Amino acid sequence: MTSNDSTDPIRLLLVDDEVEFTSVMVKRLGRRNIRAMTARNGTEAIAFISGNEFDAAVLDLKMEGMDGLEVLKIFKEKSPEMPVIMLTGHGSHQAAEEGRACGAFDYLSKPYEIEDLTRIIRNAVSERKESA
Amino acid sequence: MDSKAGVRADYYKSLKRNIFIAVVIVSFIPLLIFGGIIRYVFQTSYTDRVRAHLATMVKKHALEIDTFLTERQANIVSLACAYTYEQYADNTFLKEVLGRIQNAYGAVITDLGIINENGEQISYAGPFQLEDANYSDSEWFRHAISSDIYTSDVFMGLRGQPHFIVAVRSYENGKPWLFRATIDFRAFNDLVQSIHMGETGFAFIINRDGEMQTDFSPRMEADVNRYSKIFTQTITDSPALLSDEPLFDSFESGTEKEIIYVAGLLKKGEWALIFQQDHRDAYSNLYQARRVALLTLVLGGISIILMAFWVSRHTAIRIAEADKEKEIMNRQVIQSGHLASIGMLAAGIAHEINNPVAIMVEEAGWIEDLMEDEEFQESENLAEFTRALGQIRKQGLRCRDITHKLLSFARRSDQRIQFFNINDLIREIAELIAQHARYNNVTITLKLNENLPHIEASQTEVEQVLFNLINNAIDAIDKKGGHIRIRTWQDGGMIRFDIQDTGSGIPGSDLEHIFDPFFTTKPVGVGTGLGLSICYGIVKKMDGDIIVESTVGKGSRFEIRLPVPEAEMEPEQDWGVNIY
Repeated sequence: MTSNDSTDPIRLLLVDDEVEFTSVMVKRLGRRNIRAMTARNGTEAIAFISGNEFDAAVLDLKMEGMDGLEVLKIFKEKSPEMPVIMLTGHGSHQAAEEGRACGAFDYLSKPYEIEDLTRIIRNAVSERKESA
Repeated sequence: MDSKAGVRADYYKSLKRNIFIAVVIVSFIPLLIFGGIIRYVFQTSYTDRVRAHLATMVKKHALEIDTFLTERQANIVSLACAYTYEQYADNTFLKEVLGRIQNAYGAVITDLGIINENGEQISYAGPFQLEDANYSDSEWFRHAISSDIYTSDVFMGLRGQPHFIVAVRSYENGKPWLFRATIDFRAFNDLVQSIHMGETGFAFIINRDGEMQTDFSPRMEADVNRYSKIFTQTITDSPALLSDEPLFDSFESGTEKEIIYVAGLLKKGEWALIFQQDHRDAYSNLYQARRVALLTLVLGGISIILMAFWVSRHTAIRIAEADKEKEIMNRQVIQSGHLASIGMLAAGIAHEINNPVAIMVEEAGWIEDLMEDEEFQESENLAEFTRALGQIRKQGLRCRDITHKLLSFARRSDQRIQFFNINDLIREIAELIAQHARYNNVTITLKLNENLPHIEASQTEVEQVLFNLINNAIDAIDKKGGHIRIRTWQDGGMIRFDIQDTGSGIPGSDLEHIFDPFFTTKPVGVGTGLGLSICYGIVKKMDGDIIVESTVGKGSRFEIRLPVPEAEMEPEQDWGVNIY
């Protein structure tokens, strides 16, 4: 368990329409030195990335209004360096692969082990740093 | 079920019967109608021809005989006028005349006689001793003396031999006398008896009283009355008697034998030439044709019945087969519809369940996170809390696995048919699965024939089959570890690949159910029982086959056979070995 890393916390944008999910995730990720900001839908998320700097984003595929793939495409336009990790509820490899084709870093099926998510986030962030 | 099968058997039986009857009726009706028409036309025209032929023949002979009679009569008339009564009264002269006639006409005229008005024979020339015969009491004499020319019927007369006479009346000093000539009966008889036709046709002459004017033929009816009846009934009573046209009559004589009579008139209607022939003989060709037609009809009928039997049986079997196929297809349609709706339901459920489960798992995780804080470390039930929370997480992930399986079952979506190399796909999957296999102490060996033709199928589906079979193989191997061998090769028109494991094997009782949907031997919650059922469906859909061999304790082997697409060639065997 890496509850308190000495390094700077990772700034993460978490986009999901389930508030119950995002609120617990924020707390859990916080303990793992990942500071998450939450957006309830695509529109909110797009507004956030315009004004803030994020190291990575975690994006649910299925949401009310704009779906995850559309949001992903806009993210990639606005902030192409920011790695995006897709979350999927129904485990469809097809949609996830599509996400990858659109530039997503990786994907995970819900429910997942928190350690898997944090590992992917850290990998994404460190890869970004290396390439920068 | 039995009663249903019985009803169905009855249905096909009645179907068979109906087809049989229909075929027989449809075949027989035209056969009979045409047969009947042809028979009628043939019979009518043939009968007309035979009748015409017989009529012509009788007419011709009647004319011939009549001419013979008339000529003899004319000979005798001219003889009678040639010399005087006195000259003829001299026996020697008469004999000389007879000699001359016989020289000229043959022995047709047997004898000559001169008879005076009292019936006394004045002179006679001939082979009999009749010089002083007196005919005054003879019937012929009475007729002859009262007419110019007289021809008698055939009679025995004084000489005791059948004969007939022609008498010519002349006058000498106002007193009549007769010049009488006897016509040789045999010569006349021969003329009539020369008329023959077929086996039973012959002719004879009768007079108005039905008395025979020619010899009896051995074929003649014993009952001579019949002939007189023919004459009286059919000739005498008929106005046709006066015409030259022959008359026909035919009737049953005694038994079933039918006889035709054709009559032509002679001697100005005093005699009749009658031709008699058995109906069967006269119409022998017709009877022959009838026999042939009947034989044809019988043979045709038999072949129609055999054909009808065969057609009805064959058709009923075909229909039964088609019905069975239809039923199977219906079941398949129902089942696939069923599966499709299960699939849609599964996809919906999976999505709806995964989100709340994710929240549950995360909340439990959050408690676990908090438990790490020091204040909780002294808690009395720390171990129990940790265990319970771990269980929540574990079961949440299990829910995810189940929904994923349901989804993959529901998905079967990418049905695009592509050409691809099965070896490449196997390598990809083996790589993907290698991690999982290592974790379970399982090694995977590939023995792939590099010269395999491509297969034509949905790659996603084949992928699914491979995933399922390899995962099953890994699951069948216990923690001690084991080995999986995947091979590909070609056998004629089939591409084959098999997955053999050194796992626990499948008991015989389970083998027959392993492809049934929802059949699983894995603990509740671990297996859905859909994997092999899906594989089976996919392989069968591709016209392939899936075979399983298993020995408990030694392992199982699943072999898949997929048809080589027509466009692909047949390369030679070549094993390539890769170990992962």
